[in-house]
Order: sequence, then C-alpha cells, then structure tokens
Amino acid sequence: MIQTPESEKDMSTPAQPSSLASVASAKPQRTQASTAQGTGLEARGIHAWFGKNHVLSDVNLEFSAGSVTALIGPSGCGKSTFIRTINRMHEFIPGAAMAGQVLLDGKDVYAPGVDVTKIRLQIGMVFQKPNPFPSMTIGENVLSGLKLAQLKVENKDELLESCLVRAGLWNEVKDRLNTHGGSLSGGQQQRLCIARALAVSPQVLLMDEPCSALDPGSTLRIEETIRELSDSMTIVIVTHNMQQAARVSDYTAFFLSDGGPGEMIEVARTSEIFSQPKDQRTENYVTGRFG
Amino acid sequence: MTTTIAPTKPWAKSSRDRVRDFSFILISILFSFLAVEVTPLKGKLAYAFTFFLSYAVITGISAFISRGAPAAKDAMIKTVVALGAALTVLPIASIIFTVLKNGLPGIHLSLFTTDMSMATPTDPIATGGLLHAITGTITMVILALIMSVPIGILTALYLTEIKGKFAGPIRFLVQAMSGVPSIVAGLFILSAVLYPITKAYSGLMGSLALTILMIPTIARTSEEVLLLIPNDLREAGTALGGTQWRTVAMIVLPAARSGLMTAVILGIARIAGETAPILLLTGGGDKVNPNAFNGPIGSLPYYIWKSFNAGSPEALTRAWAGLLVLMLLVLILFVAARALSSRKVSK
Repeated sequence: MIQTPESEKDMSTPAQPSSLASVASAKPQRTQASTAQGTGLEARGIHAWFGKNHVLSDVNLEFSAGSVTALIGPSGCGKSTFIRTINRMHEFIPGAAMAGQVLLDGKDVYAPGVDVTKIRLQIGMVFQKPNPFPSMTIGENVLSGLKLAQLKVENKDELLESCLVRAGLWNEVKDRLNTHGGSLSGGQQQRLCIARALAVSPQVLLMDEPCSALDPGSTLRIEETIRELSDSMTIVIVTHNMQQAARVSDYTAFFLSDGGPGEMIEVARTSEIFSQPKDQRTENYVTGRFG
Repeated sequence: MTTTIAPTKPWAKSSRDRVRDFSFILISILFSFLAVEVTPLKGKLAYAFTFFLSYAVITGISAFISRGAPAAKDAMIKTVVALGAALTVLPIASIIFTVLKNGLPGIHLSLFTTDMSMATPTDPIATGGLLHAITGTITMVILALIMSVPIGILTALYLTEIKGKFAGPIRFLVQAMSGVPSIVAGLFILSAVLYPITKAYSGLMGSLALTILMIPTIARTSEEVLLLIPNDLREAGTALGGTQWRTVAMIVLPAARSGLMTAVILGIARIAGETAPILLLTGGGDKVNPNAFNGPIGSLPYYIWKSFNAGSPEALTRAWAGLLVLMLLVLILFVAARALSSRKVSK
C-alpha cells in the first residue's frame, strides 16, 4: 500500500487510523541490526527549561542500537528540545537548563570532563531546514565534518562517494561535486546534509523534522535513506507526519503538553501505537481527533 | 480558433497623461522664472524653490479636480518627497561639478610620476606631481589596514559569536568611538606616542590615528554582516563536532567574506581623506618617502591643504587637482564596496 504523505488534518476520516496501523504493520519486521555500533542510547529523567519556563518533564526513553524511533506529538510539546538535549545542542540556547542523564554506551554525556565536541561527533544531527554551508562545494560540504573536527581519513574520495551513496544523492551529484551546494533543490540539499552528518560516522543520528520543508518525492527518497541507514546506526526522528512515523520507525514515542511542560505519554512498537495505543490521549492523536 | 492576446499594461500612463505631466513641469518652470523676475527672490535656489512649490500646487489642483481631496494630498506629498531627494542630490552634484571644473586643468600625466621636491608653488602646472602624496596616502592606509582589520573583525566576532559579558558596553563604546572627531584621534597620538616616545613625524604616527578612526567603522559593519549569517550554519557546524573557533573560521567567516570585504572598503573610504590627524602627525614633505616609519611623509589631504595655503594661482590649481584625485580614489573604493556588497551574503 503506497501512500503519499499528507498533512495531519487530512487524517480525520475514519478510514485513516486502521490504514496507519496497516502501514506500520506492513513494514517487514526487521531483525535488530547486528552491524550497528555501540550499545544504544538511553535518556533518564530528562527535564528541560528555557529560563523559568519548564518545557520538558521527566522523559525516560531507551533507544536500542540500530533501531529507528519516531517522536510524534503536537507542536510545542518538547520533541525537538528533547533530541537537542541528547547531543548537547540544547545548551546553545541562552537561558537553557536541563536535568537528567543521557547515556551513550552507558556513559553520561553530561558527566563532568566529557568532551562535548566528541559527543557531537558520535551523535550526529540533521536539522529541519536544509543548511549546507554556502561557502563550500558539494564535496567540501560532505567532508566538512572531518575538517571541523580535524579528523584524518585514509581515502577521502572513497568516503565522499560512500556517504553520498548512503544518503541517496550520489547519482544526482557525482558529476558536479565541485559546484556549490546552494544550486541543489531543497530535497537534494537535505540529503547533502545527511551525507555530511554520515561522513564523521556517528553511531546515533538525530533528525529534527527532516522532511517538513520537502515535497512528497524528496520525502520518500529520504525515508528510503533512513531505512537503509538504520542497518548501521541508531536513528531518532522527530516528525509531524504520522504516516512517516508509521513507515520508517520501529518504535514510536508520543509526546504531549497539556499547557505545562511536555511529557512522554507512551512509547511502544510503532505497529502497536497505531493499532492499539494504551493511552486514550495517544489514540485521540493518532486517530486525528485532536492535534 | 485561436486568438493571440497581446500583452498590455492598462495601468501604464497614456500619451495624453504624459503630455499633461510634461506641461505641468513646463508651467512650473515658467512660473519659477516669472517669480524670480517679479519678486525680490534671487539666485539658483530661488528657481528651484519656486519650481517645486508651483509644481506641488499645480499637480495638487489637477489631482483635486480629477479625483478629489485625498488624491490632491497624495500628489502634493509626492512632490515634497521628490524635493527631499533633490535636496540631497544637489550639494553632492554641486561639489562634484566644482571639483571637476577646477581640478581638470591641473590633471596631467606627470602628476602620477613625479613629486613636488623639485618644484615650487609658483612653477607652471606641468612641473612637479602628486606621486609623493598618492604613495604617502596609500602607505598610511595600508599600515592602518594592517592594524585595524584584525582588531575590528575580532571585536565584531566578540560581539556576535562570543557574546561575552562585556558585549553591551563594548558595542556602546564602539558606537561612541565612531563619533570621535578626527582631530581628537590626532591629538591623542600626538600626546601619547609622538611627544613621549618617537619625538618625530612619520607615516606610522598618521596610521595610528587613522587606525583609531577606522576600527569603529570596520567593527560595526562587520558586526552587522555577521548578524546576517543564519544561526543554522553555526548550529550545523557545532553539531558536526566543530569547536566554536573551527566553526567560525571554517563556516561563518567564509560565508560572510564579501560582507567583511565591504566593511574593510568602507573603513578605507572613511580614512582616505582624513586631514586633521595627518596635519598634526605626518609632517607633510614634498618628496616620495617610501619608509613610513621614518621621516615626514606626504599625503593627498596634506598636499591639498598646503597648496591652498601657498595661494599662487598654480598652487590653487594643483590643490584642486589633488582634490579630484582624492575624490576619484574614494569614489573607486565606494563603487568597489557596492559591487561586493550587492552580492548575496549567503546561499
């Protein structure tokens, strides 16, 4: 069953919930990837504040190595804030504060003495808006992470090709690696940003609504990329598109804010979230009754 | 059946409208001549003033007849706005015209190949030249650049990237510094460096004062350019495992390159014609002095000042020619700055 992504509002028809569930269960059940690096990621009791504003309360989530987890929920419920606490981008915002632990391979990334740049090398991030570096060519963009972190690699050309192939962009750009990234379409730019994140071989990839600015064709292309990547890394994806969550993720976590700080309401296998959610609020959301 | 539809512009002025507008202008010109003849108003400004006044009244009346009071107000305000623009352009055009008229007779080829060391103010125009002044100005500007560009850009980086505790006071000080009169900068260097330390005129002294004047321009323009760089890029760089310094050096500064270039050029344009500190600190000199660290050095503003003071007709022509060269130099820099800044800052 092929569905093009639609806006959430279109999901209020009664036929939709069962179809989302069927999308989720129609996916071939993947055996947990054995090639994934590390032993996974765990968030324990994460709270977040902006100034005095408590935006996220007590989130506990485990991401096993090589899994794809989708975070869904209405706008402003703290999904993006949550993934930004994972790779310590949260502290970038003036007035930000947090509590809790983020364990990568069992070690807290917030522990004193941890090199934050190393954490960000291990936990890569793809942003909502494609943001290739304007002063660099396509090839330089892909390899920019190595230069930024001053890493050395044996064979740059090989790495460049493998990253672009894995991001599903190689065939489109292989003849113009020396042109600037700004000349690509929005979807291609986003895949370039994914390739850029892959070049430093992170073990976790965080994606903050990576397809929200893209057309359906580019979205499908990136979803394919996500599925291919999940063989070798742990992926956490924030999305407003529930069909996307149903299509790409193994697990889905539902976040909600009832005016106060955002909370994680429920997490389960994606097929369960969309077919038999335990919480009434989750059911209301995935069936399109609100949000 | 296919009909070809020709593109039209129903909103464009018809030829009748154009004739009417033109006749309004003619009537206004006529009226302004009449007013100057009849009334005690005299001079070029009187023509311009009565022209604008009558044009405002005529267009206002015409608009009132055809479309009523709001349209009349609209037409009059349009004229007042045009008057404002004209008032801005008039002095600039007048300056350029005067300098060209007085300076062109003094322009000749050897101006750029010889200096004034073997010529006196009363010598014919064709003897002597501006080489010492041009090279002196360029030497001092380059020295000032070497000192002020790093300081200015680092200040801008502190304000936009580090956003340290003192960003507020520093921003305020930099803004205040851009209002410092140039003579103050000159006196400061005179009393703080020249008298107590070097005890001699040199190009370096002049450059130090120019640096003080140049830093605020470069720092403020660079700050504005850096603020235009989207925060996404900084976040992307950091999320890839770059330290802040690597991110700034590899991503932010290259993205802002053309804007920073503009900042530098605006800085040069700010100081190229600066006169007061030059008079106090460089000692002038009529000979080409390639060493900015030793001995008096000439410069265009100094040369212009000196020639005007000499007072002979030849010296006056030389001064105007120097002004023309100086203005061309600044003009070239401004055109270059505009060309660079019109390129997009990012993407």
